[in-house]
Amino acid sequence: MTSTIPTRVSRDSEKRRDLLERMVLQGPGLLFITIFMATPITLVAIYSIFQRGRFGGIVYKATTENFTRALDPVYLGVLTDSLKIAGITTILAIAIGYPTAYAIAKLPTKWRSIALVLVVMPFWTNFLIRTYSWIMLFNREGLLNHALLKFNIIHTPLDLLYTQSAVVVGLLYGYLPLMILPLYASIERLDPQLGEAAANLGATRTRAFFSLTLPLTASGLIAGSIFVFIPSLGNFIVPELLGGGKTVMVGNLIRDQFLKARDWPFGSVLALSVIALVFIFFMLQNAVEKRFSSDAHD
Amino acid sequence: MQGFLSTHGRKLTISSIAAGVLLLVSACSNSSTGASGALDPKADLTKQSLVVSNWASYNPPDLAAKFQAAIGPKVTITNHATNEEIMAKLTSGADSGIDVAFVSGQYAQALAAQGLLEPIDTALIPNLKNLYPEASKLAYDVGNKFSVPYTWGTTGICYRKDLTGFDPTSWNDLLNPIAKLKGKTTMLATERWLMLPAQKLLGYSANTTSATEMDKVKAQLISTKKTLLAYDDTTFYTRLVSGEAAMVEAWDGWCNYGITDNKNIKFVIPKEGSDLWVDTMVILKTSKNKEAAHAFINYILDPTVNSWVINNVLYKTPDKAAMDVTAAKLGVTYPNMLMTPADLLKQENLLDLGTSGPMYTKIATEVTSSK
Repeated sequence: MTSTIPTRVSRDSEKRRDLLERMVLQGPGLLFITIFMATPITLVAIYSIFQRGRFGGIVYKATTENFTRALDPVYLGVLTDSLKIAGITTILAIAIGYPTAYAIAKLPTKWRSIALVLVVMPFWTNFLIRTYSWIMLFNREGLLNHALLKFNIIHTPLDLLYTQSAVVVGLLYGYLPLMILPLYASIERLDPQLGEAAANLGATRTRAFFSLTLPLTASGLIAGSIFVFIPSLGNFIVPELLGGGKTVMVGNLIRDQFLKARDWPFGSVLALSVIALVFIFFMLQNAVEKRFSSDAHD
Repeated sequence: MQGFLSTHGRKLTISSIAAGVLLLVSACSNSSTGASGALDPKADLTKQSLVVSNWASYNPPDLAAKFQAAIGPKVTITNHATNEEIMAKLTSGADSGIDVAFVSGQYAQALAAQGLLEPIDTALIPNLKNLYPEASKLAYDVGNKFSVPYTWGTTGICYRKDLTGFDPTSWNDLLNPIAKLKGKTTMLATERWLMLPAQKLLGYSANTTSATEMDKVKAQLISTKKTLLAYDDTTFYTRLVSGEAAMVEAWDGWCNYGITDNKNIKFVIPKEGSDLWVDTMVILKTSKNKEAAHAFINYILDPTVNSWVINNVLYKTPDKAAMDVTAAKLGVTYPNMLMTPADLLKQENLLDLGTSGPMYTKIATEVTSSK
């Protein structure tokens, strides 16, 4: 009886301390996100229902016109192109990234960290500069063509840039490390004994990969896919530089509405539609991940 | 990105003050119609300070220091990358804190139409006498009521004769290139200049708002796209120098940068005509340092100051006094520097498109995203 009262008091104060601790730890992050993420998104949502002023700016008269305009075939075409380009980039990133991450995870510990540093190293240089240097390397009068011509491997310069494929390759180059890193993390965590057990129980290597390795590394695979897909979808530097401005992605379209056309309301609608798409992909990620992890437990 | 952050920071700090100040300022300027009457020619300029927004590297690097030493006011020069960027700042509603802005003619027109510009008080800019008479006949602001021209020029075809094998004379040479030049031409991507070659080739105005005319422009540009190496606003002249391109749509001054590196590069205004672009200086109505702002523009029009932009940016200026000093010498290497004001005035001034702006933007998207 005597002991219950102090316990309750201490539990209360513990709760309070817990709350305080959470406020101190989470507060700054939450505040930062609220100010710098929630506010702009709210602004974008508000702008989307108003009209463009004749000279730019916002006229605060509500309209749905911006939304119907976004359904115009031109803009839907740009959006599907963007989804296609980002999708192909992601698939290629998986195809290249998975074996790479797997190989790194199987390296001796010493080499593993060196390999990881090599993967991350491109990030030490600005993305724009890296992309621009591709033009120096691969244009018709670039280093590669000059070298190939000099050694008589080709006789007319190759046109490697300013196509949709060049955009995909550029995006892949830029974002591949974002696929390799989460994949590596999940492959590295795999318990080697599970593989031995599967082999002992008679599973072929293919079978073991598909019913064991793949489901257990699905979270890394999905995280990597999201990390590659989303920035690819919104990128506008690569289509402009490596695509020679001849491929238009939704990122270019949004940038142009804000910085060239002075049409903030329509730009906001386009931005919102990308946010909505990204949100849908996150929901899908969640659903798929849940299925995979329950599969793996079965 | 840094530009974005600093812009936002600036807006936040200013908007809090501006909310109050703006009300006062607009109340003041409304009460005295034709606010220029309020300017005091004897104002103590050392008490005023200026914020000037210009494109980067578009004025002498020591301009602020020299102006302060000569005239008095402290000047802070900020940069904008595009007309659209500075328009966003100036039209957002709050006081931008900018006193003088450098914008292209059609944007000065749009700002004036919104009532955001202070009328130019000619009495405070005696150096206006240095301008060619043609400089006050510019369609976006006849008589320079709201803007003072800083530089002007035109758009044409910049090419390497050693690669083309002939001298192009028509926009058709660029828009429907001969087989050997396919994949070796570029066009400007900024929408007014994207449309210009097709508009001129088809015999239309560069300011047309006719949907049927613009449909034909679009069709031509979509078929041209298949022949282009790229759309390029910034590095087209380096592509000529490297030989990646043989013929590009270019602003006259930018073609000069190519000529600097390769003497085979030439510039031509196609026979169908072209545009006359003008970059201007304007004073914002919200400025609290209008006398200093006028003094600044007057200082720029001094031939010893204004010859900097001719010598270093290789642009022509409407400042006769400055051109007389420098252009003849430059013209040896850069023939387009010798173009006369009369020649320039034959080209069409770009005007603000008003409500037709979105039509141009949409066509630009349709063209650049076409397959």
